[in-house]
Amino acid sequence: MAVAFDEMNGPSGDLRQAYRELSLWLKETPPDALEFRRKEAELLFRRIGITFAVYGDSESTERLIPFDVIPRILSGKEWTLLEKGLKQRVKALNMFLSDIYHGREILRAGKVPDDLIFQNPVFRPEMNGQDVPHDVYVHIAGIDIVRVDPEHFYVLEDNARTPSGVSYMLENREIMMRLFPDLFARHRVAPVENYPDELLAALRSVAPLTATAEPTVALLTPGVFNSAYYEHSFLADKLGIELVEGRDLIVKNDEVFMRTTEGLKRVDVIYRRLDDDYLDPLSFRPDSALGVPGLMSVYMAGNVTLANAVGTGISDDKAIYSYMPEIVRFYLDEEPILKNVPTWRCREEKDLSYVLDNMHELVVKEVHGSGGYGMLIGPASTKSMIDEFRAKVKSDPTGFIAQPTLALSTCPTCTASGLAPRHVDLRPFVLTGREHTTVVPGGLTRVALKEGSLVVNSSQGGGTKDTWILDD
Amino acid sequence: MLSRTAENLYWLARYVERAEYLARTIEATLRVTALPDAYAGKTNEWESALLTAGISEAFFALHDEANERTVVEFIAFSEENPSSIKNCIEIARLNSRSVRTALTSEMWDTINGAWIELHQTWKNGTRSREDLDHFLRFVQETSLRFDGSAYRTMLRNDAYWFSRLGLHLERADNTARILDVKYHMLLPEEEHVGGPLDYYQWTSILRSVSAQTAYHWVYRETLKPWLIADLLILNNSLPRSLASCYDNLVRNLDQIGVAYSRQGPAQRHARGVRNRLEHANMDDLFQRGLHEFIQEFIGDNSRLGDIIAKQYLI
Repeated sequence: MAVAFDEMNGPSGDLRQAYRELSLWLKETPPDALEFRRKEAELLFRRIGITFAVYGDSESTERLIPFDVIPRILSGKEWTLLEKGLKQRVKALNMFLSDIYHGREILRAGKVPDDLIFQNPVFRPEMNGQDVPHDVYVHIAGIDIVRVDPEHFYVLEDNARTPSGVSYMLENREIMMRLFPDLFARHRVAPVENYPDELLAALRSVAPLTATAEPTVALLTPGVFNSAYYEHSFLADKLGIELVEGRDLIVKNDEVFMRTTEGLKRVDVIYRRLDDDYLDPLSFRPDSALGVPGLMSVYMAGNVTLANAVGTGISDDKAIYSYMPEIVRFYLDEEPILKNVPTWRCREEKDLSYVLDNMHELVVKEVHGSGGYGMLIGPASTKSMIDEFRAKVKSDPTGFIAQPTLALSTCPTCTASGLAPRHVDLRPFVLTGREHTTVVPGGLTRVALKEGSLVVNSSQGGGTKDTWILDD
Repeated sequence: MLSRTAENLYWLARYVERAEYLARTIEATLRVTALPDAYAGKTNEWESALLTAGISEAFFALHDEANERTVVEFIAFSEENPSSIKNCIEIARLNSRSVRTALTSEMWDTINGAWIELHQTWKNGTRSREDLDHFLRFVQETSLRFDGSAYRTMLRNDAYWFSRLGLHLERADNTARILDVKYHMLLPEEEHVGGPLDYYQWTSILRSVSAQTAYHWVYRETLKPWLIADLLILNNSLPRSLASCYDNLVRNLDQIGVAYSRQGPAQRHARGVRNRLEHANMDDLFQRGLHEFIQEFIGDNSRLGDIIAKQYLI
C-alpha cells in the first residue's frame, strides 16, 4: 500500500495552504491545553447525551463516538469541485431511480444488467410505475468521499436510504466553537448551522399535491432503542417537527394521521428514519411493530411523501455502485466529476478469479452490507480470516464486490502519544427538494483512531472531527 | 402535541415525584427507627414504610423480613421493584429521551445528570448510613432541580400542563397513602394527649411530606393529630395537601381545556373532587370516617388518572 496523502503536510512534506493557521496555532498551544479541551468536549457530549447504541453490545447500550478536536480542513476551491460533483451524482441517482421504476431506458440501452435490478432484494416491485411527488426519490443523500491525493475525490459509497451522521456535523461545530473561539477567529469557516432550515424547506417543497399550503412534516423514528435515536430527536427539535413512532400514526381513508392530544392530525411529509422493510407490516415485513399498517396504500394514493422514497436501496447497492460512472453519463451526458473507486464485480467470472487470487491486498464487501460490517480488509487480515472470507465469496459470488485497498488520506489527530496522522473519510449531505439540490458546506469527517486502521465506522471504533470549509 | 409526548411528560413528572417521595419515606423511617422503643413504639416501621409506598406485597414475595437493610435496598435500589428509586430514575430518563424535543435543556440535563450519577456513584448501592444520607439528598435534589427547571424554563403550553398534571396526581396519591396507612394515629378519639409515642409518629408523618415547619406556622400549636389531618387534607396552602394538589389539577386541566377549546370528563371529575375537598371540614370527615374518606379519595384520584389517559393520552 502506498504512503497515504496527508492533508496537512502534503505529499512532499510541505505544509498545505488550508492548514497554515492551524499548524501555527498547534505550535503555540501547549499539548496539555489540547488534552484539557478534549476532556471538556467529552464531558459536553455526555451531558448533552449525544450517544449511539452499538448493536449486539449488551455491556453498554449507549456509547459516545470519540470526538477529535483537531478540525479537518478543506479549501474553498476543493469544496467547489466537491459540491459540483455531489450535485451531479445525486441528480443522476434520482434520474436512475425514476427510470428504474418507470421506463427502464437504461436497461434497454444495456448499460446496467437486468438481473442486478430484478434479482435485487432491495428492489421494490411495489414501486413499479408508481409516481412519487415531484419525481424526487433521494431527498437526503449521504455520499461517502475519500481521497488519496490532492487532486481527486473518490466516492466510496452512496447512501440513499436513511443516511445518518448529520447531527454530528452540527454538534461537532457547536462544541468546537465553544471550546476553540480563538482558533475560529483566525479562520473564515463556512457555516453549517443552516442545514435544518434547508432540510425543512426541501421536505416541505415535496409535499403531495393534496396537502394544504402549510404541509405538516414529521420525523418517523424506530424509537429510543435505535442506534441513531439521538440524531432523530435532535433533528426533529431543530426542524420544529414532531418526532413520531409508528404507533403515533394511524391510517384512515388513504390518509395518514398522527394522534395528538387534540385528536387526529393529517401528516403530509414523513422524513422516515426507518428502512423500507419496517415501514408497513401490511406491505413488507408482517412482524414489524415499528411501522404503520396501511402507510403504503396512502403513499400509493399520493397522499403522503416519504423521504426518502421507497425503493431507493437499489441505488446504494454496492454492485450498482460500480455502474455509477455509466449512470452519470447516460442520464446527464456529462463526465462524472467524482471518481468511482475501481471495483471488481465478483458476479463476473474474470473479476471473481482475480479477487479470489488477490484477496490479501483487496477490500472485499458484501453488496448489501453497511456500517463496516460484512467486509474484509485484505492487508489487515490474517490468513485464516482471508480463507474464511474466500469461502463466503465462492459460495455466493453475486453477493460481493472488491476494491483495491486505498491509502485513504490522513489528518493530524490527537492520540495517546501526541498528534499523529490518522485516516479519514467524509460524508457530506446532499438535499434535493422540488427545485433545488443543495449541499451545506461541510459534512461528517470520520477518522480511524487506531494507527494504520482504515475502518472509520463509529460502530467499529472510529471517531469524528469537525469539517471546515474555508472561504478562500 | 402528540398524545405519546403528553403521556411521556406526564409519566416523567410522576416518576420524579415518586422518587422524591420514596426518598422522604426512607428518611422519615430512619428517624423514627433511631428512637428507643419507648418513643417509637413497637410497630415495625419498615413494614409501614412499605405500606405507604404501596409495595408491601411485592416486597414480601421476595423477602421474609422487613428491616432497614432489606427495605432500604428494596425501595432505593432493587431491580425487582418496578418503582424503586433507581427504576424511577431509569424510567424517567427513558421517558425524557423519548420526549427530548419537548423538554428544555435544563430539564434534560437534570435527568440525564442524575442518571449518570446513579450509574457512576450509586451503581453498587450505599455502604454506610452516611452514604445513604448522601443518596437520599441526591434524589431529593434531583426532584427539586427538575421541578424548578420545569417551572423556570418551560413554555406555558400543553407540554407544561401535562407535566404538572403528572406531578400533582402523583403527589396527591402519595399524601393519601401516608394518610391511609397512618390514619389511625390521627383519630381524635384515641386521645393520647401528646404521649411520646404518638408525638414522634406524628412528626414522622409531617416529615415525609416536608411539613414540620409548616405545621407550626399554620396552627401555632403543639402537634394535634386532627390538625395534622387538617393540614394534609384540607389546607390548600400546604403544597402536598390533597386540597392543594386538586387546586393545581383543576387549574392545569382548565388551561388545557381553554387551549384546546374543549372541556371533558377529566375537567369535570377533577372539579368534583376539588369541590368536595373545598366544602369539607375535619369534624365531618371524622364523623363520616377518616379511613373511608381516604380510601374513596385514592379511588377518585386514580380514576382521574384513567380519565386523563383516555381523554388525552391514548
